[in-house]
Amino acid sequence: MVDMTDSAPAVELAGLTKTFGPVTAVDGLDLRITPGEVVAFLGPNGAGKTTTVDMLLGLARPDAGTVRLFGGTPADAVRLGRVAAVMQTGGLLKDLTVAETVRMTAQFYGHTRPVGEVLDRAGIADLADRQVGKCSGGQQQRLRFALALLPDPDLMVLDEPTTGMDVEGRRDFWRAIRADARSGRTILFATHYLDEADAYADRIVLVRSGRVVADGTTAEIKNLAAGRVVRATLPGADQAALAALPAVRSVEVRGDAVLVSTDDSDAVARYLLTRTAARDLEITSRNLEDAFLALTTDAPTAALTTGA
Amino acid sequence: MTSAASPATTVPTPTSRADRRPPALGGFSAAVLGIEIRRVLRNRRTLIFILVMPAVFFLLFGLPSRGDRLDNGLPVTGWIMISLAVYAAMVATTSAGAAVATERALGWSRQLRLTPLRPAAYVGTKVVTAMVLGLLGVVVEFAVGAASGVRLPAYIWVTSGLVAWLGSLVFAALGLFVGYLAPAENVMQFMGPALAILAMLGGLFLPLELLPHVMQQIAKFTPVYGVGQLARAPLTGNGMDWAALGNLAGWTAFFTLGAARLFRRDTTRV
Repeated sequence: MVDMTDSAPAVELAGLTKTFGPVTAVDGLDLRITPGEVVAFLGPNGAGKTTTVDMLLGLARPDAGTVRLFGGTPADAVRLGRVAAVMQTGGLLKDLTVAETVRMTAQFYGHTRPVGEVLDRAGIADLADRQVGKCSGGQQQRLRFALALLPDPDLMVLDEPTTGMDVEGRRDFWRAIRADARSGRTILFATHYLDEADAYADRIVLVRSGRVVADGTTAEIKNLAAGRVVRATLPGADQAALAALPAVRSVEVRGDAVLVSTDDSDAVARYLLTRTAARDLEITSRNLEDAFLALTTDAPTAALTTGA
Repeated sequence: MTSAASPATTVPTPTSRADRRPPALGGFSAAVLGIEIRRVLRNRRTLIFILVMPAVFFLLFGLPSRGDRLDNGLPVTGWIMISLAVYAAMVATTSAGAAVATERALGWSRQLRLTPLRPAAYVGTKVVTAMVLGLLGVVVEFAVGAASGVRLPAYIWVTSGLVAWLGSLVFAALGLFVGYLAPAENVMQFMGPALAILAMLGGLFLPLELLPHVMQQIAKFTPVYGVGQLARAPLTGNGMDWAALGNLAGWTAFFTLGAARLFRRDTTRV
């Protein structure tokens, strides 16, 4: 038997690398997730999220590096039902009903939660007799979620679970995820929707070009692009004077508008309104989207990694 | 809209380590088999190809020969009925085996790799499903024959039926072979015509003696010839046909090994 101890990290990726021809999809990625964490694996399309998830689940073999789930291999974790996944698309037989799909899949495990319970938890109990091919994308995704709940996994992996869903579908899907309140379950979800990462994760791992570029709590990630932006209409603004104000991070002029990033928006606003001809003044706080854009476009990678 | 807002009544406690175990028999179970068979029987197109068409063929091409006798005095309709039973069984088992093509195309096989189901149990389920459908094909064809007035000694019904059915294992292997060769949702669309040509060459639609000599010689090496000859042997009374047996054994081995090889490539490709 393999040694899958309870003290081992839920996920431990070390130096994970995967190339497809000339393209390096995953480039020496390290990640450690302790049991019970809810982690968003956030990055733009093509950042290597799906490739990483495939290797994590044992669906793809890394060119270099290792994957350990609860101290064992992905195959060990799959065999014992300790890991389950909700994949992006496919993976369902259209001519089975929802209930048949769950009943059938339940037979593939040594031990599962009751079929009725997982249907209920996934919010599809009322669709039990519907043919899978006649279910909407969101309903099919909740069926995949129900299947993933069957073995009562210690680690649930969701790969871009709401891609292609409408707003209502996304809301219902996340409501079902939230309703799954089992304590101690580790959840790792890949997404390129910032609001999902912001709303559902305790921790955000930001990836770009197959590397981790930032890793921290939602608040920490937001802080990476911290401060506020003061925007005003001010033709011929004196950039140097503005930049010299205390706590100003940057000054940008766009036509007649000036944008000042600062940790002290009050001081900048006071200066602009009392000492210049500025008008139409606005103050906005940075959000996760700004952090996301800053970190996934042209940021120097190493400097932005916070603790965690 | 759904019960998502008020879902489970109790918060389950995590499954204990002791409860975590791999499935018995690698995940092979009667319950899955039942769902699989029900699933196929729900497919109207499959039913038309494996049950309705062979029966209609018999009514169209068999009944006009009513009253004709073979050299040994047994009815020609019996010869046609047994041949079409082999045809029904071969279409049924091939399509059941080839279902893996659809399931690979749909990503179901990939989904299964995230469960403890052993690949061998998956293939085992497909083979058993194929054989159940094959049996159904033979039984329906024989029932249509009997209802249309085919009268044969009991031992011929039994032995010919068993050979037609068990011999169709070669086509279950063929179906799996094709299924692992081509991950396509509509694999039976090109397999259907291919099976009809093989059935023709195998002498299921008309006696091979009606074909040109060269064609007859070639036909003896095609995969349907062996099982057709063997299934009709009790009727024609020709005794053990070793060439036919060699044909059946050879093709079964070929398709099984081919399917096994492709299957291994498919399951190790990670």
